[in-house]
Amino acid sequence: MAWYLILLPLLAAGAAFSTPSPTWRVRILCATAILHLVGTLAALGGYGTLPVGTWLGLDALGGWVLLVISVLFLVCALYAPAYLALRPDRDGRIFTGSLLSFLGLASLLAQSQHPGITWVAMETTTLATAPLIYFNHNRHSLEATWKYLLIGSVGIALALLGTLFIAYAANMGGVEEPLLYGRLMRESALLSRPWLRAGFVLVLVGYGTKMGLAPMHTWKPDAYGETPGIVGALLAGGVTSCAFLALLRIYAVVAAAGEAQFARELLIGFGLLSMTWAMVFMVRQLDFKRLLAYSSVEHMGILVLGIGIGGNAAKFALFHLAANALVKSVLFLSAGNIHRSYASKQLPFVTGAIRRTPVSGWLFLLGFLAITGTPPFAPFISEFNIAYTALTGGHPWVGTAFLVLLGAIFLGMSDTVIKVVFGTPSAQRVRTPYKDTFATTAPMIAALALALVMGLWLPRPLQEMLQSAAMMVGGQS
Amino acid sequence: MYHDILITLTVLTNFTLVATSRIHKSIQVAAFQGVLLGLLPLTLGLGFQIHILLMAMAAVMVKGWFIPFLLRRALLKVHIQREVHPYIGYTVSLMLCALGTGMSIVLAHNLPLKPGGPFALFVPAALATLFTGFLLLVSRRKAITQVVGYLVLENGIYLFGLMLIQDMPILVETGVLLDLFVGIFVMGIVINHISVAFDSMDTRQLAELKD
Repeated sequence: MAWYLILLPLLAAGAAFSTPSPTWRVRILCATAILHLVGTLAALGGYGTLPVGTWLGLDALGGWVLLVISVLFLVCALYAPAYLALRPDRDGRIFTGSLLSFLGLASLLAQSQHPGITWVAMETTTLATAPLIYFNHNRHSLEATWKYLLIGSVGIALALLGTLFIAYAANMGGVEEPLLYGRLMRESALLSRPWLRAGFVLVLVGYGTKMGLAPMHTWKPDAYGETPGIVGALLAGGVTSCAFLALLRIYAVVAAAGEAQFARELLIGFGLLSMTWAMVFMVRQLDFKRLLAYSSVEHMGILVLGIGIGGNAAKFALFHLAANALVKSVLFLSAGNIHRSYASKQLPFVTGAIRRTPVSGWLFLLGFLAITGTPPFAPFISEFNIAYTALTGGHPWVGTAFLVLLGAIFLGMSDTVIKVVFGTPSAQRVRTPYKDTFATTAPMIAALALALVMGLWLPRPLQEMLQSAAMMVGGQS
Repeated sequence: MYHDILITLTVLTNFTLVATSRIHKSIQVAAFQGVLLGLLPLTLGLGFQIHILLMAMAAVMVKGWFIPFLLRRALLKVHIQREVHPYIGYTVSLMLCALGTGMSIVLAHNLPLKPGGPFALFVPAALATLFTGFLLLVSRRKAITQVVGYLVLENGIYLFGLMLIQDMPILVETGVLLDLFVGIFVMGIVINHISVAFDSMDTRQLAELKD
């Protein structure tokens, strides 16, 4: 099953790349997305019984992340046919091939039980997504791709150095190959502390760059701003989740070694810094795609903040991973539709979207309300519980700062969103033939509905999985 | 004995790299540094082991020949010779590089080493090389010099990885070679697109996206 989840998308990528027919290409894309989700659900049944010493397999933590990515990918894949039909000028072969390769490599990453394989998967994920950012083939997308590659590669290089540091920590303590996460956690007492700490800092900065934590996020607004909405959704919910998982695996080793206190302070620091930084750039942001990129920086901050607070907050940080991915897909895809309709993504050219593209306009508004923590959507549950755990669990100042930042971000973001959605339609706007159709909106409605359901009810097996994933993050193997 | 000389030379090439303005020369120096590092595992007294020999050969080929070849080819297409007006001047770069090297020694001092290995100089030299690569990346304007910076940064990581080459060969070899090879290959493609789209390789033109 492990190999099925990895090879199916990769083989499909090869097939999609080599077929000359655009119709078959999107059929392959959608079929693979469905088969992958089915496979993931089937594989999840065995998450608790992963044998010791396995190199590739789904445990609770990896399973949760892969489930999120698989659902997100399905949403994007169902949106893709209508989108690609609107862009006959662009090469769909590389696009579809890259999308599917990303899915295969993300499956490798989620199932990897070895830091080296995790790292290889993260590196190749970066490379597989770079052509997606260059999709529009203009100067701006070239600039965004260059920044994404260069900053991402430096981050990945630092993560490699961090991984080697941790390997050296194990080597000094006499822990032998293979350095599977399970072994590192069981024999964590032997690891050399200075190397482990230094390694964690490097891994945090390295994978944090891929997540887009401030101040290493500078590639993010450019990349998300210049790509099609569908790629933005996949980057904001998929690639970042992969990087977060890679970071969590190392954090679990550090926590098992009893060094969690030191790591948590760093995570809380990066979390609050990311949220503050995002807030500053969201106020009076005229470009609504860049606005979403900063929102992504903010939510990456919430994720690491939740882990840093620990306890129940760590569990809800994992829950937030799913909530954020779903709602971000709604936001990016509807923003893509509005962008297409107005041929611009800037205020003051884009106003009154609710009249021009009613469905996308409403979805953009509802997505904004959901992501900023309006009940009863899923992000509310996680944000509320993270704040609650912080306030009652010995971090009153962190909890207060968190709530203040959430409030400020809501206000800052609402200014732009309200203008885009309501506003008086501008006289100088460009007329484009784009109209909302069933195919360009239904996947988003499904994703938003899922985020709503998650906010009200989570099936018991998933709750149990989330619980044991949070235990793993806490260092209990 | 020989490995100490090789590492000292590596640190000296760092200084040459930050002080040189001719792009052709900086590619040459980076290639030389790659060869030094490629030969390093053979001087560690690990005995004759086929995988170490292969690793050394692969590193010399990739770092010393293949990547410089790609970079030179990219350089031929655009008619630039020099890195003009870097963000950080050459004198300041040299001073920063010296400062970084000093700080690396202090930092390495705080990290304990496994007793008995020949690795006393490895950690400070690795950190210093890493810092040099980072300095080149942030202080230069031309895309190709930034890639040279990335190459040097990778050299630093490779140098650290050599400490584990005996005990954990797979982790080190796959990691380092994959990163370098694929990373630079893809960057080469993008550089090509940049020079076609802008008719130059100056990343100043890649500064239209901002808030």
